[in-house]
Amino acid sequence: MERSSALIGSIFLLISISCLINPISAAASGSGEGYSIAGRVKLDNFVTKGFGLGHSPKLSETKVILNGGQRTTFVRPDGYFSFHDVPAGTHLIEVSSIGYLFSPVRVDISARNPGKIQAALTENRRALNELVLEPMKDEQYYEIREPFSMLSLVKSPIGLMIGFMVLVMFVFPKMMDGVDPEEMRQAQEQMREHGIPSISNLVAGRS
Amino acid sequence: MEARFLLGFLLLLSLSSFAFAIYEDQVGLADWHKRYIGKVKHAVFHTQKTGRRRVVVSTEENAIASLDLRTGDILWRHVLGKNDAVDQIGLSLGKYVLTLSSQGSVLRAWNLPDGQMVWETDLQISNPSNSFLHALGNVKSGRDSLSLVCNGGSIRAVSSIDGLVVWKKDLSVDGLKLKHVFQPPESDTIYAIGFIDSSLIALYHINAKTGELLKHATQASSVDLSSEISAISSDSLVALDTSRSNLLLIKFMAGTITNHKLPLSDIVQDFSGLAELIPTKSNDIFVVKTPSNVAFIKVKGDNEIELIGKADEAGIVSDSLTLSEEEQAFAVVHHSNNAISFQVRINGREALTEGIKIEDHRGHVKRVFLNNYVRTDKSHGFRALIVMEDESLLLMQQGEVVWSREDGLASISDAVVAELPVEKEGGVSVVEVEHTLLEWLKGHMLKLKGTLMLSTPDDMAAIQAMHLKSTERNKMTRDHNGFRKLIIVLTRSGKVYALHTGDGRIVWAHLLTPLLQSESCPSPSVLTLRNWRVPHRKALQENPSILLVGRCGAGPESHGFLFIVDSYSGKVLETQILDHSIAEVVPLPLADSSEQKLHLVIDDKLNAHLYPRGSDALEVFVREMANMYYYKVENAKEVIKGYAFKKGCSTGSSAYCFGTRELWSVVFPSDSERIVAAARRKINEVVHTQAKIMTNQDVMYKYISKNILFVATVSPKAAGGIGSAAPDEAWLVAYLIDTVTGRILHRVTHQGAQGPVHAVVSENWVVYHYFNLRAHRYEMTVIEIYDQSRADNKDVMKLVLGKHNLTAPITSYSRPEIATKSQSYFFTHSVKAIAVTTTARGITSKQILIGTIGDQVLALDKRYLDPRRTANPSQEEKEEGIIPLTDTLPIIPQSYVTHTRQVGDLRGIMSFPANLESTTHVFSYGIDLFYTRIAPSRTYDSLTDEFSYVLLLITVVVLIVAILVTWAMSQKKDLQEKWR
Repeated sequence: MERSSALIGSIFLLISISCLINPISAAASGSGEGYSIAGRVKLDNFVTKGFGLGHSPKLSETKVILNGGQRTTFVRPDGYFSFHDVPAGTHLIEVSSIGYLFSPVRVDISARNPGKIQAALTENRRALNELVLEPMKDEQYYEIREPFSMLSLVKSPIGLMIGFMVLVMFVFPKMMDGVDPEEMRQAQEQMREHGIPSISNLVAGRS
Repeated sequence: MEARFLLGFLLLLSLSSFAFAIYEDQVGLADWHKRYIGKVKHAVFHTQKTGRRRVVVSTEENAIASLDLRTGDILWRHVLGKNDAVDQIGLSLGKYVLTLSSQGSVLRAWNLPDGQMVWETDLQISNPSNSFLHALGNVKSGRDSLSLVCNGGSIRAVSSIDGLVVWKKDLSVDGLKLKHVFQPPESDTIYAIGFIDSSLIALYHINAKTGELLKHATQASSVDLSSEISAISSDSLVALDTSRSNLLLIKFMAGTITNHKLPLSDIVQDFSGLAELIPTKSNDIFVVKTPSNVAFIKVKGDNEIELIGKADEAGIVSDSLTLSEEEQAFAVVHHSNNAISFQVRINGREALTEGIKIEDHRGHVKRVFLNNYVRTDKSHGFRALIVMEDESLLLMQQGEVVWSREDGLASISDAVVAELPVEKEGGVSVVEVEHTLLEWLKGHMLKLKGTLMLSTPDDMAAIQAMHLKSTERNKMTRDHNGFRKLIIVLTRSGKVYALHTGDGRIVWAHLLTPLLQSESCPSPSVLTLRNWRVPHRKALQENPSILLVGRCGAGPESHGFLFIVDSYSGKVLETQILDHSIAEVVPLPLADSSEQKLHLVIDDKLNAHLYPRGSDALEVFVREMANMYYYKVENAKEVIKGYAFKKGCSTGSSAYCFGTRELWSVVFPSDSERIVAAARRKINEVVHTQAKIMTNQDVMYKYISKNILFVATVSPKAAGGIGSAAPDEAWLVAYLIDTVTGRILHRVTHQGAQGPVHAVVSENWVVYHYFNLRAHRYEMTVIEIYDQSRADNKDVMKLVLGKHNLTAPITSYSRPEIATKSQSYFFTHSVKAIAVTTTARGITSKQILIGTIGDQVLALDKRYLDPRRTANPSQEEKEEGIIPLTDTLPIIPQSYVTHTRQVGDLRGIMSFPANLESTTHVFSYGIDLFYTRIAPSRTYDSLTDEFSYVLLLITVVVLIVAILVTWAMSQKKDLQEKWR
């Protein structure tokens, strides 16, 4: 992204019938009713991370759209864009750039007071002093995988199965150890009498 | 994996998160994305020795793109706005692509390697005219290079470096149309030649550095001049007269103009008809194309010309290509049967002729662009870009098609879905099984690695490649889940493609219109396609087929035709040129004994013609005729009319022709309302239940009628785009109309709102998107319709005693008591298209698919568009899943079904059900195509592809090992115990 630093920081709300390029015709105002809207799209404050395989968001893919598709323009390498010959009235500017969410901008061009242009973000009603459009937030289109952790593995059904198995294998025998062997034998005999097979015993190998 | 619906439904209710989202490594698992550019109209080759060989093209879809000349891949592409058609493209300074668009009023420069726009200049042309010339020939001025843009009588000189207008000159002569500009080498003077009102030739000398007019001269022409010219040398050009049979040789030396008339029949012996001049660049040679041949003509000395070459068949001729100062090459291409002959002529002499076989579904050659390269032995080799009738693009070199692009798919106008054939019973070899098992295991190992975040970028690429060529999803047979289907699309050129949902490949393609072309059908164009026969009950073993309807001419009164095409193979089963016109095709919910669907073709005199022609079809229709209705929205007259059918039609006595009788009409006051949108339910939509249980255990009954039509009108002042109306002169009225009786069921006015309106109707609700001028934001409104006449069916006693009307059919004949609920929300983006998900049985909750201005498709849960939302939902409401009310609909980036892809110039979204209840197919089209499968309530009825079988296997193995180990341990312990 090349950037002519001299231009940064100046005001970009061009308020004249002219375009940036031809100051002579500005005075003439021959074509009449049209005004120019010029502004700038700024993406550099946002650093995207993990955006996708080989899809880094580019300024060259950024479009600026007037009134829901009446006109479309692209931004220059320094982020500037402009619409010419726009009639007075209230207009809507949208920025389409994959990876970012931009708020649409309401632009009022006053008919009574030629050259007076006001702009405001429609999403949060914030007025803009200059038409510098920055994304509200960057958009992450993919779910982010939780980094691999033992916890997530343990939490999965399979993890629970293994956990239970480990519990049965190692903790139950320990519990059995705490029991007095005499009492154990008694209990086992009782069980045999009642004919209830004990699974825990089977597993723990204490039959 | 059979759907367990009830269980699934319960599960669904308990799920808290509904958002659709995929992980990055799942890209390509169910989706595919294809990029196209459209029908090419200009091409500029960039084949310098260094760097990549590429060709820059502009298309009729207003796209400009740079293609790799080796493979045809898109290096970069931009789609300009709808009204910003490209007029000409050119290269400048060897590194910029210049595009002139919007009738010569916008000039843009793009960086050739990466497509970044470098500058844009509005040329401020007061009255852009259609006929203009733009000489993007570079004029040197110091170190800068100027590009000249001529439009009517004005010239702009634009600096190529920054796009500044260095000078401009308005010649302010009425009727002047500049035709040609040139600059002699080593000179500061530019010569501009134009015609004034087709009778005067004007010459202007202009200073190249300042734009100052140095000299001008005019001369009356001996013939009426047409707009076609050909510049043949630095001081002469050839023009064609308006009768297109005479040439005028114009010379302008030393500020004077001479012209000389030359009848074409003197030069070309058997000349007749209308001639065409092919634009050339100097070298004293020009090309005239006549209906029967192509003539190459050389100018010799004063006013003498000579025929130096002739191609006997009239073909498509390329622009001239300058090989050297002496040599001009042209390509002449003609098409015969399924081969094209490609001929290169240098200075009129035949230099190369190649015959190339070509698939016959591509039609005729439409355009050709010639380019050369220097072979190792210093001779010239030629390559050509060829645009075919079906809008595909081919690169031809050394008698072969190097690559081809199916760019016709950039202009889809209609689409339907068809089933694939049933899999045949048959043995599968053991080797194959073993192979697939190994592949399967390998695939799952990779997936496991992905799940555990252990995969390297190489593995990720391997996973994606595996997704793409997975054999299971690309089979040519029907599958149990209904994931594999054919999407049959119709494009603007009349070509029909069948795309496989697995990977988007073309299964078959046919250009049908040439089959019809005859005297009785001069210019056939296909209008629409419908499912003709769907495999169902009796016709399960029969091939499904598709109905294509079109008309033979341009006007609405021209005769129609229809095709019936086998959807497995694309074979044409039936062709018929109709004896009536076609205004609309109405599919009926009826079928004849061979399961062919009944269709009514309405002609421009409002007669209805029944198809298929057959006695049983007629019988079925006549039986149901009393219940058949038709409505017509007449946008121009602001009227909606409803009709019934009657026997006997006004134009003939055919038994299959029925007359119509007007039943009702809704007339909107034209001074206050204009129809901007109409929408109705999909005819084949399935609704699972009519009852809706409210939070307080109350039951509401949805008013589900197939005959609801949503119509939106706006005030005339607000009919233009945004920015043209003030809030107090704009309003939008939404109507719900019953199309059988014409009854207006509901009407609501939105003050200060305007179009464009996009609406979708499903079940008992309608959602529409419009612009709110007061808030200056887009808004979406939902209206839900409930049937009040069934509202008192809640009494258990009544149900027990049978005193309820639940079994009564919903009918449009009785006056319904309906209640509506409605709510509005802000929505951030402009919308290009809107649709709703459809599933096989209508149980799964719905999502609204919104095509946004950024060419993405957003899946928005219907729960966000629920009129029962309140700012502070009670505990019960929360449990039911009612989302607290916010003024704006949320845009969750993860719920973009297109994830990081964009569907350039999005025009339509289509959703069709899979057999699996939870899943639906989504197909969106514009210049690009994007297909995916989504599960609006997650895949509750099957294991996801995410399910790790390997992990399960490992667990089982570990368990078995553990059992063995513990068994061994217990043996040992037993033994020890016994010894003690």
